[in-house]
Amino acid sequence: MINSSSSKKHGTDQQEISGPTAKSQRAQMGKPEESENKKRLKDVEISVPIVFGNAAFWLGKKASDYQSHKWTVYVRGATNEDLSVVVKRAVFQLHSSFNNPTRVVESAPFELSESGWGEFEIAITLYFHSDVCEKPLNLFHHLKLYPEDESGPMSTKKPVVVEFYDEIVFTEPSESFLARVQNHPAVTFPRLPAGFTLPPPDESKRNRGDTKDHPLSQWFLNFSEADELLQLAAARQQVQAHIAKLRRQISMIDGQNQQLKPPSDQ
Amino acid sequence: MDAKDILGLPKTPLPITQEKKSRPQKDSQRKPDGISREVYALTGGLAPLMPSIEVSQLKRRPPSDEKITWQWLPFTSSARKDDLQLYHWARVVNGVPPTGDYSFAKYNKSVDVIRYTDEEYEKYLTDPTWTKEETDQLFDFCERFDLRFIIIADRFPTSRTVEELKDRYYSVSRAILIARAPSPGEVAGHPLVKEPYNVSQETERKRALSMVLSQTKHQERKDAEVIAEAKRIAESRMAAQGVEEPDLPVTSDIGPENAEKAIGHGDTISPSNVHVPSAAVAPSTSILADNTSTLASLRMLWVYLRTYALEQMVQAASSSAGLRTIKRVEQTLQDLGVNLKPKVPTKAVCAEHLELRKEILTLLNLQKQLQYKEAEGSSFRDGSYGDMPGTPKRSLRAADQDRTFVPDTISFGGERVGKREQKRKGPGRVAETPSSPAHKRPRKLKASDL
Repeated sequence: MINSSSSKKHGTDQQEISGPTAKSQRAQMGKPEESENKKRLKDVEISVPIVFGNAAFWLGKKASDYQSHKWTVYVRGATNEDLSVVVKRAVFQLHSSFNNPTRVVESAPFELSESGWGEFEIAITLYFHSDVCEKPLNLFHHLKLYPEDESGPMSTKKPVVVEFYDEIVFTEPSESFLARVQNHPAVTFPRLPAGFTLPPPDESKRNRGDTKDHPLSQWFLNFSEADELLQLAAARQQVQAHIAKLRRQISMIDGQNQQLKPPSDQ
Repeated sequence: MDAKDILGLPKTPLPITQEKKSRPQKDSQRKPDGISREVYALTGGLAPLMPSIEVSQLKRRPPSDEKITWQWLPFTSSARKDDLQLYHWARVVNGVPPTGDYSFAKYNKSVDVIRYTDEEYEKYLTDPTWTKEETDQLFDFCERFDLRFIIIADRFPTSRTVEELKDRYYSVSRAILIARAPSPGEVAGHPLVKEPYNVSQETERKRALSMVLSQTKHQERKDAEVIAEAKRIAESRMAAQGVEEPDLPVTSDIGPENAEKAIGHGDTISPSNVHVPSAAVAPSTSILADNTSTLASLRMLWVYLRTYALEQMVQAASSSAGLRTIKRVEQTLQDLGVNLKPKVPTKAVCAEHLELRKEILTLLNLQKQLQYKEAEGSSFRDGSYGDMPGTPKRSLRAADQDRTFVPDTISFGGERVGKREQKRKGPGRVAETPSSPAHKRPRKLKASDL
């Protein structure tokens, strides 16, 4: 066992070897060509729906020139479930005028609160657990403090909230990842190839990093795909009907043109 | 002065008074030295402000303190191995004929072809595919023809390709150099040792070169398309998470059908990239290829955002469309009440969105087709054969392009007033105008035919 592990060691992932080694190595003794000592499933993708954005409160009387708003930028699970099952840490890169503009958040909820006056682009880098993905993912969010309707009054009670829905897609997930997250509510689990089974997940390790009771949760926006699907379906129907009509017209005209063609052309 | 005569202008008083003065001066000046009077007059009758060439210098002979004669003398050249004596005119100065070698002898350069002894041949240079006689002859030719391998190949008694000859010559020379050198380090710097001749590479290179040279315009265009495609894919990969360009995995992902067609093209410049969406003949296959290549490139990312993926797929799908078409697609989407970028980009939503976009593209293409055909039809009817269907009528239509879906006439989600309907001109308005002349005219004709 030890000999085989050392021969399969790849320089990049030392942590792989130390972690869940015994199991995964035993599992793929017969496949020395698999990268990173993990068995990956091709043609399978697993996605994590997320929402990211910010909520900003105007400080009202307490506002100064440089600190007019208190804002929080965050990345949460779309259904407010715990993202730490896939995300190891989140790094928020703020404007250089902030002290220590690189803020690292090591646990859920992955958010950062600050006070300031300016709107700028925040780069959010999500680092995943080693069995999930080696590469980090970048998101970009333009911090919004001021409401769209500039004429309206600013309220200290109601924040300006801007959120975007997106889904993180992992291609060719490893078995260990799949095993770990099956039945987790934060993850959209894919259909596995026929006859494929996974070992049962380890329930004990779940932390409470979900955002269901988050103080800002009352302001979170709801994203429902149903409306959009409906819209798209209706639009497609229209377009298809139109296409059919055009095709009919074209064939009709074709027929007419055939008759009309001058004799020299025929 | 003559010009003034020609023009008939009155002579100004100044020159008249000066004439009397200048005439005696000119009389003495009229004897220019060295050049004739007429030539001197060309300069305007006056001496030039800046004396460029001293007129008197022109006919002066060079200072001849030496006595120069030219004699018909014999000469020899060191470049010749025989003692042939030829004759030429030689410039003899003060009775001394020119010395030194024939001035052109220094141009007689030749290549240092290394010659081996028979012993050396036996020891280092034997080769199964070459006989000693052949090798000897090769070296003779090399010396004789100054390593002009094309000529050598031509004259070589047995048929050998240029690459073979080169290979044999260079490998023999190299072997001898190394063998004769007291230590390997000494010859390591020699170009023959440093860069050995690589036969396979050369053959391949020449083949590729001839392929490139013999490409038809059609192929050239195809290749340009493919390269642009590959560049786009590479850039999209670069944009995502700094993954290195995996050319080989991408080619293996694309199915065998593409690879077959690619071989027909020949891998000229970058074989792996050519394979990717190469032999796209019909636009539909190219769109398919775009999709597969985009999917493959996405897969190589390991992790990506759904919105990013959708962007890539949309780009791939509209890669064949021009900017105007893309704008029209977006306009259509807006008219239909669909977000240009989905607000809830789940897998299903993204898939639907992509399909919708593709369908709109199809729709727009069909519209164009219909217009074209109508224009054709009307040109036939008008009897104006000179009027190509492409020109004015078409451009007119292009100019007043209107929207396919006017929101108010569609029940789903539209609040705008239908003012735009009135802006429409001309026939061929596919959407709502029922009375398009294209429909009317055939009916008329049919009636009259009866």
